[in-house]
Amino acid sequence: MSSLSLRPPDARILSRALPEPRWRPGLPAQTFHSEIFASANEASGAGLALALARDALTSKDPSGGGQDTRHVLWVQDRAAIRLGGRPCLAGLPPEWRHRLIHVAATTPEDALFALEEGLKCRDLACVIGEIAGNPRALGFTAARRLSLTAERHGVMLWLVRLDAQADLSSARMRWRVCAAPSPQPRWNPAAPGTATWHAELFRARAHMPGEWMLCDDNGTLCISSDPEQSSAPDHVGLARPTVGRSLAAGARA
Amino acid sequence: MSVWLARLSVDRWRLAHAPDARTATDAAPSALILETAHGPRITAANDAGLTAGARAGMLLADARALCPDLAAVPADPAGDLAMLEKLSLWAQRWGPWSALDPPDGLLVDVTGVAHLFGGEARLLADVGAAFAARGLTARAALAPTAGAAWALSHFGRHQAGHGAILGADDNPLHQLCDLPVTALRLDDDVLTVLRRLGIKRLGELAGVSGAQDDPAREAAARDALRRRFRNHRAPAANPLLRLDQLLGRVPEPLLPVTARTMPMVQRRLMEPLRHRSLLDRVVEDLAQDMIRALEARSEGARRLELALWRVDGEVLQRRIELAAATRDASHITRLFGARLDDVEAGFGIEMVQLRASWSEPLALSQSDLDAAAENHGTSLAACIDRLTVRLGAKAVTRPVAHASHIPERAQGWKPPLEPVSAAQGALVFHTRPLKLLDRAEPIAVLYASPDGVPQRFRWRGQVREVMRVEGPERIAPEWWRERSTARLRDYYRIEDEAGRRYWIYRQGIAGDGRGGVPDWFLQGLYA
Repeated sequence: MSSLSLRPPDARILSRALPEPRWRPGLPAQTFHSEIFASANEASGAGLALALARDALTSKDPSGGGQDTRHVLWVQDRAAIRLGGRPCLAGLPPEWRHRLIHVAATTPEDALFALEEGLKCRDLACVIGEIAGNPRALGFTAARRLSLTAERHGVMLWLVRLDAQADLSSARMRWRVCAAPSPQPRWNPAAPGTATWHAELFRARAHMPGEWMLCDDNGTLCISSDPEQSSAPDHVGLARPTVGRSLAAGARA
Repeated sequence: MSVWLARLSVDRWRLAHAPDARTATDAAPSALILETAHGPRITAANDAGLTAGARAGMLLADARALCPDLAAVPADPAGDLAMLEKLSLWAQRWGPWSALDPPDGLLVDVTGVAHLFGGEARLLADVGAAFAARGLTARAALAPTAGAAWALSHFGRHQAGHGAILGADDNPLHQLCDLPVTALRLDDDVLTVLRRLGIKRLGELAGVSGAQDDPAREAAARDALRRRFRNHRAPAANPLLRLDQLLGRVPEPLLPVTARTMPMVQRRLMEPLRHRSLLDRVVEDLAQDMIRALEARSEGARRLELALWRVDGEVLQRRIELAAATRDASHITRLFGARLDDVEAGFGIEMVQLRASWSEPLALSQSDLDAAAENHGTSLAACIDRLTVRLGAKAVTRPVAHASHIPERAQGWKPPLEPVSAAQGALVFHTRPLKLLDRAEPIAVLYASPDGVPQRFRWRGQVREVMRVEGPERIAPEWWRERSTARLRDYYRIEDEAGRRYWIYRQGIAGDGRGGVPDWFLQGLYA
């Protein structure tokens, strides 16, 4: 009886997400504004942003993750395009290829404008931004604007900062990422394996800071405990998975 | 086509009587009079009045001297003009647009229309029958120009029941040379001048103005007449200009009549209203409907009339005028709310109607656009529009597959939201990088393994050790598009000592005869 009386009312359980001190992939409660610091000489930042975005979208909506047809906005400023290149269609996740909208902004100010407009748009699944360096326009005020807009409209933002110092920002989660040696593929040990990153969460509101080795295992983000593990998956899918959709639907599309 | 309603005011006055009383009014000599400075003057008279001697322009006193029992009826020129406006709209059944020809005529553009009525003669017969059915005396004429049609309808020889037709092939001067110069729609003082000059017929004027055969005489005569009317700029004061308009040598713009409907919304109520709160609710709904109706016409209301129909047939009117054109529903509701305090509902109000009897153009304003976007977010199309407007159309794109194996050509950029054309499914056998550099960057190979794959290279000033390699994937040049000296590419996926994964290629192979030692490039970055 005493345990029943101590139980908080249902509304409180629903309203307050369970505090989870340690971050892990697939958390149901997602933050709306994250920053990822990465080197411009590798695509780890964009790769981790993509992986985190897919993880967040599927964990937010576990049933209809494959049926999501909302567009994704990818904003880059000119320096980011020059250093890191543009997204390559064939290299994107298959379910994202037909719903990517790319914005090539000239200046960081334009990129911030595009990010904010994208966050205001309720028809977007998420927004990914890439801004190189520490431009004057991207100060604490601009970051706070982005945070407030994202939380107000419920659109998630991952902002990749290429070759940038971690200055003042209001991002709810701040990552620092670099590439890590990949696990050996099963069929060709001499070939590069699936993408693996060494990610450091150095500032977060709801979680403790920490470091993880993350890998993109066939579209799902997971923690790779041992890179030398021999049972690492092969990057070549012998048959495309058809979960979540019928073959007829794919043929029609 | 020109229609002359020769007896419009008399016909109107006659039609205002009941049908059984018309014989009596026809029998009694009557005249329509207008008050002038010299006393009442007759503007028109009915048939009995005409036989009795009354003429238009006579003083009523003179006419009474001829016919003592002449009845005087006040004329109504404004009503005649309103009737003419309605008739001109009604006359658009014969042509796409019509123009007023005050005080008693209509002009209808029937270009290319006559065949719909079975020919020009039958069109005119239809016009005559339609006006006769309305009880109006009308004379219609068809001509290539408005001036010629006017002249024919007013002064042409009319057979019984048939209008005059001037075909496109007829020479207008030959057909119209017998008409008096009055047929040129000239002012009275100009007519006086012409009469003093001895020019009475169109033919004479045309002969003087030189539309006949001798060009030299023609030019000299026309010049003499032009000098007399040199300062007369208005067409109604210049007979040469009018003649040219009649012959179609100079254009004559006409002002067409267009119908503008009054925005009107109404509610028929299932149960009669007897309470003020319900009435306020209905007025609020009507204001919303009116805003939508006005918005569709991009207008704002200046005067609004609210009519309340009571069950017992009484109609209550409330009218508000606004200082500036407005489309604010709450504003309108508030203004009417102050005027509805003294409404006697009686047994109830069963219909409410709101009309905007005076409206002015009011452009759509976007005062709350930002606020709405702030509160509710924008749609995807609005978001794309905002981005495109600020950043340019080329900055906002979506990647689409292109039928090519060359990596930089395998992907094109199209405007977002444009439908993507169907493409063949790509092979999933090869792994492609997440990002492609706009231009492949050359790398300096410092040390290569015996099979030619770099073991150590320098890119962007950093030396990297290659730990793992997969390749080559050979992509041949597109010979149907490129020059014969284009070299093939051997692509390798590599991973360096820190785990960074790149996509590099060697352009050409040694000894292919298309250049020297092949160069290495870095084109893509894997996630």
